[in-house]
Amino acid sequence: MADLVDPPLVQLLTPEGERVEHPDYRFDGDDQTIAALYRDLVLTRRVDTEATALQRHGELGIWASLLGQEAAQIGSGRALAPQDFAFPTYREHGVAWCRDVDPMALLRLFRGTDQGTWDPDEHNFGLYTIVIGAQTLHATGYAMGIQRDGAVGTGEAGRDAAVVAYFGDGATSQGDVNEAFVYAAVMNAPVVFFCQNNQWAISEPTTRQTRVPLYQRAAGFGFPGVRVDGNDVLAVHAVTTEALQRAREGSGPSLIEAFTYRMGAHTTTDDPTRYRHSDEVERWKLRDPLERVRAYLRRVNAVDEAFFTDIEAEAEELGVRLRAEVRALPDPDPTTLFGNVFTEQTPELAAEQEEFRSWSASLETEVAR
Amino acid sequence: MTATTMSMAKALNAGLRRAMDDDSKVVLMGEDIGRLGGVFRITDGLQKDFGDERVIDTPLAESGILGTAVGLALRGYRPVVEIQFDGFVYPAYDQIVSQVAKYRYRSGGRVGMPIVIRIPFGGGIGAVEHHSESPEAQFAHTPGLKVVACSNPRDTYWMIQQAVASPDPVVFLEPKRLYHSTKAEIDVEATPTPLFSSQVVRPGTSATVLAYGPAVSVAMGAAEAGLADGLDLEVIDLRTLSPLDMGPVHESVRKTGRAVVVHEAHRNLGMGAEIAARISEECFYSLEAPVLRVGGYDTPYPPSRVEEAWLPDLDRVLDAVDRSLAW
Repeated sequence: MADLVDPPLVQLLTPEGERVEHPDYRFDGDDQTIAALYRDLVLTRRVDTEATALQRHGELGIWASLLGQEAAQIGSGRALAPQDFAFPTYREHGVAWCRDVDPMALLRLFRGTDQGTWDPDEHNFGLYTIVIGAQTLHATGYAMGIQRDGAVGTGEAGRDAAVVAYFGDGATSQGDVNEAFVYAAVMNAPVVFFCQNNQWAISEPTTRQTRVPLYQRAAGFGFPGVRVDGNDVLAVHAVTTEALQRAREGSGPSLIEAFTYRMGAHTTTDDPTRYRHSDEVERWKLRDPLERVRAYLRRVNAVDEAFFTDIEAEAEELGVRLRAEVRALPDPDPTTLFGNVFTEQTPELAAEQEEFRSWSASLETEVAR
Repeated sequence: MTATTMSMAKALNAGLRRAMDDDSKVVLMGEDIGRLGGVFRITDGLQKDFGDERVIDTPLAESGILGTAVGLALRGYRPVVEIQFDGFVYPAYDQIVSQVAKYRYRSGGRVGMPIVIRIPFGGGIGAVEHHSESPEAQFAHTPGLKVVACSNPRDTYWMIQQAVASPDPVVFLEPKRLYHSTKAEIDVEATPTPLFSSQVVRPGTSATVLAYGPAVSVAMGAAEAGLADGLDLEVIDLRTLSPLDMGPVHESVRKTGRAVVVHEAHRNLGMGAEIAARISEECFYSLEAPVLRVGGYDTPYPPSRVEEAWLPDLDRVLDAVDRSLAW
């Protein structure tokens, strides 16, 4: 059990904000890159806190908070090349941010006005997937498509592509995730399995999912696994960059276990006080993914104070915009429910749509009377 | 006319080959479909001719087949997956129902799933458990899936190509006991009938018998046998189970006033129930008798030595017709 909580993890930036060396991994950006990552982290957190607040005000049906997992998502999301493709769960708001998906698209989903209608091909970012682990197979199949397109191992810049599949510690128990590992391994598919081990699958701790550290599972499937400090944006970026490059080169899949912590509830409907102690949460607060980057930037004088106040102002502006736009979102017209089941509406669905129209009209007549 | 005589298995093979020739994005996936050519030899020779990038022997995991097919479809491919036997489709059920069927709707119409799920279905081959089932109602009940069943080599040749060309996911049911048992002359230059249409395969006046897949030959057998009793049965091959093409059915029932639905699947909440409901809604005043159903019994599929007792046969069809006429 000790190695479950004391893993040999890759770390490049300590919780105190000090850069440290690692024999295998280095962050290859400069301080301005780190400053840009910091901005991503702050704005992503702002999207999250705003969404939680909007849910509390009844504007969203539910929200799945990423609080505490910002570095895992921004670090990996910013490691993606434009031609790479990411398959998210329902909590990858930070990755969505990196793929230029407007947060409003996420908020529409959680408000219940649509089911996630960004264009996956426009953003190279799949739809949110709520069935646990299902998307790992989609990612593997997509990677098999990349192989068939001859877009792996060519060495041509901007052509070789990789896929990243996001999932959590709970998902590692799913058959689909294990099948994805098998398929990816035997197909040598260019896919990176990115597991955010946030320690909790709703109320079940990781010890309910595994007897070995999750990254070690990879060995049994025949590809490398690595555990990274998921709250260290630099280490996550470095580890993901290497895994993606490995995949693009044709060296096959790998597993990254980003060791992190779900600071908030599973979703806004959850009450974590029923199953975990607050001292655990307090301990993880000391490893906050944002604080260490801020501490580093201050320590090395990479930016001035205006940098921080500007980002705070930008975050505030973002929050205000999201609040206003969410509140202004109209409910969908119910007659549109009958479209997009198939490419062309079937006569049966057309009849049901007509039935609904006349029913609605009859109710209006009733009210008028 | 360029006519070739083919069994249903050969018709499927030829149809798949033509679909692969027509569109380089078509890939076949399944267990043992490559070097072996599938346990029923449907894909015989295709890996040799199209390569193992397009005819993919998958690991032995059905959810994996469907899940990776979704990913390939997202990348622009048109996967045609083979589920080895009907009873093995359930590990893939979640990917089919939760992912394949819903993707277009969830994405607001942006992303389609042009996937064909081929399933050899039905009994009568003396197999062990899980090899003789008829799961069609489970898929026909799922919004977003289209479900078709072929019944003869000629239809099969065209239907498989039409299914591959469909932009929507199609569950393609193949009556496995007819794979090698019947042959037909197929004009490969003919104009096929639309995929999602039912067809009157034997005109008649006494009663309408509705069937699909393996039950069509049972219904046709009943119609032949019924001649001796002075019965002139109209037989309709439904071909499409979702969406149903009820136009020809309503027209026929308005003419005969009687309908019997025949399928191998057990009766409770089966296709027959939906068809009976629709006939009663649309043809109530034409009906001389309730719509009757002939199907498997509501048990799990039985041991093979008694499967013939379980499966609908021409006597049970004619008995149902007699009951309808005696109403």
